[in-house]
Amino acid sequence: MSEVNKVEITCAVNGEERVLHAYPMARLLDALREELRLTGTKEGCGEGECGACSVLINGEIVNSCLVPVAQVAGAEIKTIEGIANDQKLHAVQEAFIQHGGAQCGICTPGMVIAAINLLEKTEKPTEAEIRDGLAGNLCRCTGYMKIFEAVVRACQEEDVKV
Amino acid sequence: MSSPKTERRFVGKSVPRKEGRDKVTGAARYVDDIRFPEMLYGATVRTTSPRGRIKEIIFGENVPWDEFTIVTAKDIPGENYVALILNDQPYLVEEFFNHTEEPVLLLAHEDKFLVEKARRSIRFEIEEFSPVFTIEDSVNKREIIWGEDNVFKSFLVDKGNVDEVWESADVIVEGEYLTGAQEQLYIENNGMIAIANHEDGVTVWGSMQCPYYVHKALIKLFNLPEEKVRVVQTETGGGFGGKEEYPSMIAGHAALLSWKSGRPVKIIYDRAEDMAATTKRHPSHTRHRTAVSRDGKLLGMEIDFTVDGGAYATLSAVVLSRGTIHAAGPYLCPNVRIRSRAVATNAPPHGAFRGFGAPQSIFGLERHMDKIAKTLGLSPEEFRRRNFIQEGQTTATQQVIHEKVDLSGLMDRAFELSGYNEKREKFAEQNKSSRLKKGIGFASFMHGAGFTGSGEKYLESVVGAEATEQGNVRILAASTEIGQGTNTIFGQIASEALGIDYNLIEVAKPDTSNVPNSGPTVASRTCMIVGKLVESAALGLKQTLVGSGFLKDSGYTSEDFSNACRAYIEKHGALKSFSKYQQPEGINWDDEHYRGDAYGAYAWAVYVAEVTVDPTVYEAHVDDFVAVQEVGRVINPVLATGQIEGGVAQGIGYTLYENVVWRDGRMANNQMTNYIIPTSADIPPIRVFFAENPYAYGPAGAKGIGELPMDGAAPAILSAIENATGVSINHIPLVPESLMEELETETI
Ligand code: FES
Ligand code: FES
Repeated sequence: MSEVNKVEITCAVNGEERVLHAYPMARLLDALREELRLTGTKEGCGEGECGACSVLINGEIVNSCLVPVAQVAGAEIKTIEGIANDQKLHAVQEAFIQHGGAQCGICTPGMVIAAINLLEKTEKPTEAEIRDGLAGNLCRCTGYMKIFEAVVRACQEEDVKV
Repeated sequence: MSSPKTERRFVGKSVPRKEGRDKVTGAARYVDDIRFPEMLYGATVRTTSPRGRIKEIIFGENVPWDEFTIVTAKDIPGENYVALILNDQPYLVEEFFNHTEEPVLLLAHEDKFLVEKARRSIRFEIEEFSPVFTIEDSVNKREIIWGEDNVFKSFLVDKGNVDEVWESADVIVEGEYLTGAQEQLYIENNGMIAIANHEDGVTVWGSMQCPYYVHKALIKLFNLPEEKVRVVQTETGGGFGGKEEYPSMIAGHAALLSWKSGRPVKIIYDRAEDMAATTKRHPSHTRHRTAVSRDGKLLGMEIDFTVDGGAYATLSAVVLSRGTIHAAGPYLCPNVRIRSRAVATNAPPHGAFRGFGAPQSIFGLERHMDKIAKTLGLSPEEFRRRNFIQEGQTTATQQVIHEKVDLSGLMDRAFELSGYNEKREKFAEQNKSSRLKKGIGFASFMHGAGFTGSGEKYLESVVGAEATEQGNVRILAASTEIGQGTNTIFGQIASEALGIDYNLIEVAKPDTSNVPNSGPTVASRTCMIVGKLVESAALGLKQTLVGSGFLKDSGYTSEDFSNACRAYIEKHGALKSFSKYQQPEGINWDDEHYRGDAYGAYAWAVYVAEVTVDPTVYEAHVDDFVAVQEVGRVINPVLATGQIEGGVAQGIGYTLYENVVWRDGRMANNQMTNYIIPTSADIPPIRVFFAENPYAYGPAGAKGIGELPMDGAAPAILSAIENATGVSINHIPLVPESLMEELETETI
């Protein structure tokens, strides 16, 4: 592969216009982490199983390890770095801290994105809906209980909008 | 500012995790998030068959090899072994190899993708030797693949005289129990970055549990003095034992590549490599022969426990030790003989995984206890109650239990919270007419905290505390935060000891150039053993401040304390205090006879599982889980509960989902798509309860907690499945195919 095969892709990342220089089939995950140095998005498996690489594209949750950059031309991407508003954490982030939703923290960025996505779609999810909504994100540390609790507590706060 | 009183203000409270904010915002930096200028990417070329001799290495075509840094065993400046216990595992194969994932060659290049292409292009010309894959073949010496008899280590525990009980026993019950391998599956794969050269020595950054293990291994590998090797832990995305010893291997590899290339080198495993090549839980085989009286008293236990250690000794001796000591469980029996051994097979070495041998031997014991109860016509709970160990009685290693232990009470509590008795009745009735079978079962067990026997004495762990110029107190320890809450717990213990605000306590990042060796982060020892040292190191600071007149002995505020720190530093320079482990009085251990006080303290527990078995699709699902335990004083309820929940979830995976498929000594399903861990949809409500009984020698009364929850799920779930189906199953993992086999044989 040589540099000449690289293409320019323009998209918005966390509200800012960015130009990516990448091979069209390069993974969005690598473009975010390596080129934009947004390392909050993690790689756990590289095959769409763990959800550690979750980001929002036009408001939909995706595994960025499965998305070729060519697909995001013109799209709006939101990563974990774009979730807190300056110093103010999102209610989901706050709830994860308060209720033990993060242990080792490696699944946490993806989990927070998934939780926010869930609350965007379902304002007050039932326990079954929470379980279902997070089933694409694996956590090996928590046994999920504290994550469920964090999500429930987050909906009790106002301001859950992204 | 906070009040000057010294009542407990931080211990027992769920203060939020110290590094929580960085973790939820994505700011926390794990090894793969770090990059150095001019950095190369390293890769490991591994053997592809289980046992043999490498005759030739064939480099593929169409790879610009002259652009690569290539390292072989010949490039090693020091010793070619990973220094640990027996030093039998090489960093790089010289000629002979013993499993399918042995590192032979290291490559580095600045283009990640090209490295991968180059790695795949390399072939070996090999002379194959006959391998051994099973415990049975290894024990029977089908081939000698390690030492003289394939045995890494064996133990004998002997209490009373078990040979005399068989004749007079009313009932003798025998049983055989098997457990499979299990992958730790931390979500962050292993990785290291190294900068190594002749002038500065070797520095590595990476994901790990035990910085001083890595340190020791690198000193040998490079033959460098201690101060020329520096190991820094980066934020670590889970360990569970899986990052106890293998990081020494990766660190060495990255450092060798950097040494040769003169550039920083990063090695990050992908999931497939991490799963196939790094350690897993030891598979095990347990045999029980037990003598009981008609009224349900244990008279004699003969236990034979074998674990599969894989190709090299690594930590197998220690895993075996813990498994052996836990093999007779929390029961009183006058005559016990436990024989155990760890044997070699041609699989990648098995290693540490939460519980460290105990989940394996406890599984066998608890299944066997159910079997004995059934043989006697007693309920499993009644049989346990008649044999639970009490204060003043002795364990299998003849340790007198000096703490108040009330397993019957824990059982009452667990049964009440789970509705055990009512459900036993209700399910029996329902199951008659229902296609889905429901059941409820339990396990009772204990787990020792800290290193076994005299281990802590030899470790001589040290913790420091220093005052900072900002007037804070910084804890210096090599104990790593791997998600379990080390930073937070240390903060709580120190603030409690000093009577100052939790936010004034900082915890230094483990970096061997800056923190003393507080021992490895394993064996449920961080809170109980290292935490106690944190407490005394912190108190040492205070003593100096008081002694030198900067602080009143009591009645000070956090602000006073900060001011005193600043004033001291201004006048005298640095203020540090160190504390070294001292074994509590009365702990005696005889290593030769494996007798005496195996652990300073035990955690005690009764876990109850409720299941539904679908006999048409052969699936078992856990519907509810109650975990009741006594772990001394709980320092942080949210963190402690999180530890139990996470451990139980791993235990559920171990029992029902996680099946390592072996093909010729290699893990064949080394992907998350076909090695299945529980998702949020699979895990039942896990309800956690603590009975508190402060332990005199633990910090603020705490004991260990990390491994305990791994022990109870498997036997409890299989007991529940037996209750649901009437079929007693003695092996895990119980994936649908094996459940089918079991249920089918039973109905034939
Ligand atoms: S890294 Fe993308 S799903 Fe696991
Ligand atoms: S917190 Fe460690 S994987 Fe979820």
